[in-house]
Amino acid sequence: MKKLSLVALASATALCSGVAVASRLGLQDPETPIARQIYSLHSLILWICVVIFVAVFGMMFYAILKHRKSVGHKAAQFHESTTVEIIWTIIPFVILMGMAYPATKTVIDMKDTSNPDLTIKATGYQWKWGYEYVKGEGSLTGVSDGIALLSSLATPMDQIYDPKVQKGENYLLEVDNEMVVPINKKIRILTTANDVIHAFWVPAFGVKQDAIPGFIRDTWFKVEKAGIYRGQCAELCGKEHGFMPIVVRAVEEDEFKAWAEKHKTAAVAEPAPAVQVAAVDTTTAAPAAAAGPVDGKKTYDGLCAACHGMGIAGAPKTGDKGAWSARIAQGPATLAKHAIEGIRAMPAKGGNPALSDAEVTAAVEHMVGLSK
Amino acid sequence: MEAVHGHDHAHDHDHHHPTGITRWLTTTNHKDIGTMYLWFSFAMFISGGLLALGIRAELFQPGLQLWRPEFFNQLTTMHGLMMVFGAIMPAFVGFANWQIPLMIGASDMAFARMNNFSFWLLPPAALLLIASFFVPGGATGAGWTLYAPLSIQQGMGMDLAIFAVHIMGASSIMGSINIITTILNMRAPGMTLMKMPLFVWTWLITAYLLIAVMPVLAGAVTMLLTDRHFGTNFFNAAGGGDPVLYQHVFWFFGHPEVYIMILPAFGIVSQIIPAFARKPLFGYSSMVYATASIAILSFIVWAHHMFVTGMPAAGQLFFMYATMLIAVPTGVKVFNWVATMWKGSMTFETPMLFSVGFLFVFTMGGFTGLILAVTPVDIQLQDTYYVVAHFHYVLVAGSLFALFAGTYFWLPKWTGNMYSETLGKLHFWCSMIFFNITFFVMHFLGLAGMPRRIPDYSQQFADFNMIASIGAFGFGLSQLIFLVAVVKCIRGGEKAPANPWEGADTLEWTHLPSPAPYHSFETPPVVK
Repeated sequence: MKKLSLVALASATALCSGVAVASRLGLQDPETPIARQIYSLHSLILWICVVIFVAVFGMMFYAILKHRKSVGHKAAQFHESTTVEIIWTIIPFVILMGMAYPATKTVIDMKDTSNPDLTIKATGYQWKWGYEYVKGEGSLTGVSDGIALLSSLATPMDQIYDPKVQKGENYLLEVDNEMVVPINKKIRILTTANDVIHAFWVPAFGVKQDAIPGFIRDTWFKVEKAGIYRGQCAELCGKEHGFMPIVVRAVEEDEFKAWAEKHKTAAVAEPAPAVQVAAVDTTTAAPAAAAGPVDGKKTYDGLCAACHGMGIAGAPKTGDKGAWSARIAQGPATLAKHAIEGIRAMPAKGGNPALSDAEVTAAVEHMVGLSK
Repeated sequence: MEAVHGHDHAHDHDHHHPTGITRWLTTTNHKDIGTMYLWFSFAMFISGGLLALGIRAELFQPGLQLWRPEFFNQLTTMHGLMMVFGAIMPAFVGFANWQIPLMIGASDMAFARMNNFSFWLLPPAALLLIASFFVPGGATGAGWTLYAPLSIQQGMGMDLAIFAVHIMGASSIMGSINIITTILNMRAPGMTLMKMPLFVWTWLITAYLLIAVMPVLAGAVTMLLTDRHFGTNFFNAAGGGDPVLYQHVFWFFGHPEVYIMILPAFGIVSQIIPAFARKPLFGYSSMVYATASIAILSFIVWAHHMFVTGMPAAGQLFFMYATMLIAVPTGVKVFNWVATMWKGSMTFETPMLFSVGFLFVFTMGGFTGLILAVTPVDIQLQDTYYVVAHFHYVLVAGSLFALFAGTYFWLPKWTGNMYSETLGKLHFWCSMIFFNITFFVMHFLGLAGMPRRIPDYSQQFADFNMIASIGAFGFGLSQLIFLVAVVKCIRGGEKAPANPWEGADTLEWTHLPSPAPYHSFETPPVVK
């Protein structure tokens, strides 16, 4: 029904109807109780608006057809009516109250982040997401504590820049490491950011929350169906704002436990691109990058390893002598310059403008030392 | 331009002014200054429009074809800044300069020299904005809202934008002081406040809004400037500041700004609809009260732009209720306009077409605004193309269509010639159709989950983006029709009578010839 109605709305613009089959006209299918409430709120209000619109402009177009000089209509001279004016002030007010009531209930539900089963901290970086499964309350405490992963765009650069390359099915909405969550559990997401404001948004969950550097905000969802859900950063955060998707894989609880177990062991065996973030404390601000002594290894571990550790996005992998020899031959000054100014997929200073040139250079020297 | 010269009127005897460029540099005549405002805003409209076409060209299909992502961000940012501060706002000030003295029977604006200064501040500000594309790092790409900390990261293009905003703010404040003083002190004898044409009323209220909020914007961008260069930490959590503070200050300016750009449009439409319905405006006093209510409410709704920053439930509810409340006075206005048309004797010359088009399409933007006011729905739609569709429905179909309507309505008075009705109607229908092709589909994109301000998108959004881009180029080209229509009208055409519109009854039509002489109402008319 709802889809039918949206199609009807779409036909208002004749051109739209031709493509209505291929493209979605309404909100994404809701997969959480909150998203369902949002969906029905939107439908309710949309329909009230459509009815009022048709009524008011039905009147207007009737007047345009009948009360025109060319058909000989003579102008009446009335210009006020207190009764009518009071009526059309009060009726909209009552309709608005009718809309506000269900909306208020949804707002209160959305804000209720208490008693989560699992807490995940999502940190926005220019331009990727970091997810940390933190110690919290609830039935899943301990299962995944301490798992931290970085989640970057997995779409190859040539799909973006080369029109001849076929784009994949999930073009721009695919990542290397998905956030994995169990179904039917209340997941609390804490958001923060490392540099500028980002926003964590998964449309099918009805969840959108700004990630603000130096502050922690929270939101929650409980997804009911296993599957892969895709969203994007929703706050302009610089040049690659359009290239930091969010992918959530919802799985059965057993599968989640197995994943967490495996991920924990894997994390011990080969150091994952760990993110240096302070322990979660919702009452204090997350510390910004503190100025310390120049330590190439520290910078490398905290930032560069995210890409160079695994060789992501074309970055030469640390320790890969083949990839590094030609680069080392360019001389340390050139390498440092490229790292400071950015080169190809690499943003300036690896995406952290708070770093000093000396810190970046030290990190480059550290990597060169490991790769000779 | 010569059109403002009156050649056959008694008032013409003291018609002395320098010629050539010095006339325009030194003029204190409200008509000359109004003309300059209008041409300036048209130039900025075309510049901002070209940037928009750059955006739509890149979004024509998925993948990055034309621009690098950082340049794309510069395009969206500068498109917004130029259209808001360069095109829409100065255009309304241009109308105020031309029309307020004519409509209240005043000889000129109250502070004629300041009037000249407030216009001549604008070209340097525009040059700063345009020049910022050519400095190292390019123009600012932080979005027209210039949110910290992203704006702190930008190159020196950001500083140029900050200075441009400062200068344009100063210009707006001076313009507003002038408008308020003129309206309150220089009305013709007998013209009480409640006899003023509605356009004058809406500008009086708008001018107060401007004086209240432009300093707030100046404060916000000044804090950005000192955070960028002088080590302050207003918006830096590590130094005890708060990035969200910027948004509160910005939107305390930004929401009244929305009404600054639409209230004068309401005023223009409220002059035109009665004139072409040959019937007095329905509910004049409720129109005045509705305008004032909207202006007052506009100060307590700013945080509805910030529902996803994470505020307490009580905050979200307060701002949701207050925002929904604005639908009441706005509804009153729409009902009043329809009631004015009801049982009238309507004709549909270009000004009326644009006014009816305004009413129809602006109301759609009003309804999407109501949908966005509802916090849970807003959280889903914030920062998506739905919002882009919404504010273009109110700003393009609202403010811009009203500006077109007003231009066609008053061109005969300004130039002494009738415009070409054929060109005007062609302009209207092209604009109306291409506008909807461009922006209607953006509702679907936003609902389906396409974020705004992205240079590339996943393939599910490809069809509607292609339609929107085609519409945008059509809309852009349609504006050349407007240019041709206006230039033709200035150069000649059928001579306009003093009052070419049967139903127009304000002072400029009843007491002045067409074109309005260079100096008018040296002796104020008496209003009964």
